[in-house]
This record gives sequence, C-alpha cells and structure tokens, in this order.
Amino acid sequence: MAATMTDGPVETHDHDPHATNTGISNTKLAMWLFLSTECLLFGGLISTYLLYKTRGNGTTLPTDIFDILFTSVSSFVLLASSLTMVLALSAAVRGDMPRTKVWLMVTALLGAVFVGGQVYEFTTFYREGLGYTTNPAASAFYTLTGFHGVHVSLGILMLMSLYVAASQGRLTARHHETVEIVGLYWHFVDVVWIFIFTVIYLIPAE
Amino acid sequence: MSESVAEVDTHAHDHPSDLEYVKVALVLAVITAVEVFTYFESILDWGAFLVPSLLAMMVVKFWLVVRMFMHLKNDEPVLSRFFAGGLALAVVVYIIALLAFNFWG
Repeated sequence: MAATMTDGPVETHDHDPHATNTGISNTKLAMWLFLSTECLLFGGLISTYLLYKTRGNGTTLPTDIFDILFTSVSSFVLLASSLTMVLALSAAVRGDMPRTKVWLMVTALLGAVFVGGQVYEFTTFYREGLGYTTNPAASAFYTLTGFHGVHVSLGILMLMSLYVAASQGRLTARHHETVEIVGLYWHFVDVVWIFIFTVIYLIPAE
Repeated sequence: MSESVAEVDTHAHDHPSDLEYVKVALVLAVITAVEVFTYFESILDWGAFLVPSLLAMMVVKFWLVVRMFMHLKNDEPVLSRFFAGGLALAVVVYIIALLAFNFWG
C-alpha cells in the first residue's frame, strides 16, 4: 500500500529499489559533491571582495554604509530557518507529513524575509550612491551577496516544490530523503551566510 | 544483487531529537548575539582579540550547523571527507590567491 500522510516512521530499506557501491544514495552523494564545489565558488567571491573592499576610488565604500543591526536581524532570520528546516525533516522522518508541510512553509517564508531584507539593503545602498559599478568594492560586494541571495531564492523554490508535492500527496513519508537533500542545500546557504556575515560585515575594514 | 553492492541506506542515521535541534539553534543565536555585540566597540573594547574572536565564533557556528543540522556527525564518513575536501581545497587555493595579491602585505 502506498504510504499516506498518516503513515508512521518508515523503513526505507524496503522501498528503495536502488543500490550503490557506497551504500549511500546517489542523490545524496551528488548533493554533497555539489556543495563541495560551491565552497570554491563562494571562496572565490569572498576572496575577490576581500581584495577589493578598500578600493573605492574616492567614492562610497560598502563598509561606510553597512547597517549592522539590520543585517544582524537578517542573520537571525536565516539561522531560524535552518532550525525550521531540520524540524521539517524530523517530522518527515516520523511520517508526520502535515507538520512537515507547516515547517517547510515556515522555512520558505523565513527565507523570503531574508531575501526581502537583502532587496531592501541593496535599494538603500543604491539610494545612498552605491551602484553596482560605482567602484570595485561595490561590484565585489553586490556580486557576492547577490549570488548568495540567488541561492536563497532557489532554495525557496525547492521548498515550495516540496510543499506542493506534499499537498498533492506525491511527497510521502517514504520520500524523507528528498526533504533531507533540500535541507542540505538550505543549511549550506546558511553556512555561507555565517562566513559572509563575519568576514564581510563584522570584521572591520582597515 | 551483487555481493559487492551494498543496499542503499536512505534511513535517517539516528538524527538528533527536536529538542536537541532547538538547543543547537539557541547556542547559534547566542553566539550570533555575541558577534553583533563585538561590533559596538564603544561598549567593550575587544582590541587585538576582536578578529580572532570573530573568526573563532564563525568556525564554531559553521561546525555546529554542519555537524548537527547537516547530520555529518551521524552520516557516513565519506560524506564528511567529500565536503572537507572541497572546503580545504577552497581555503588553500584562495589563501594562495590572497597571498599572491599581497592581501596581508
């Protein structure tokens, strides 16, 4: 019988017809490999910002107009979304799909709040004279934080896809690994922000 | 099925309880609050300890999220090695790049 939203904890051994040499599912392995390569992407963007952060050519630098309190609230929001993401997975593992849906939606909403905050920050900076091409520091800053924002936005789309699939009964308790894999991506985005918040926002420019 | 091919273990590997997740999140929130606190030097002068303290707190937060929320603590070691490999490669490559551009000079 197909698993339903009221199913209890599921032993997926009985359901997964695939087998691998590692004993780890290919999708999970692929996600970890992808995240591993993402370290290089964001490492390059962070390094570029560090190299250019003081190159303002006499114009406004991003560090001159940072609003740390506002960014701190955004950081707390993203951290909170990591908690709701693991609670969604925990519910999925237990087979509690209604609660899984709730936590997925809350996670997506928190992500949307974060992205909204980033849009507000970019708009404020632009009005204060910091455009994308104002100086090398601005270009590096917008590229780095913009790339991160795009990652968060893609994560929201993934979460909403899971929510819709769960609502239509296509995401059941036996598919909890799908929730885990999307969660891995979401937590990685949070980890990247942990780096960005410290290195870009909190460590003072010389 | 070949004997050399292991069955896929997609079952959750003893994931922490919801209470443990909440505790980890609270620790993360407290560390973040301390990080933000350091920004306001007029309250407390961190001096030369500021940057090392911030980097240490960043590493602790990273470690907590990866180990607990991403379940590397309980998952197969090969996944940790994959991720650590990519991270180490990124750190080495970009430290060399920053050195080449005289970032600390």
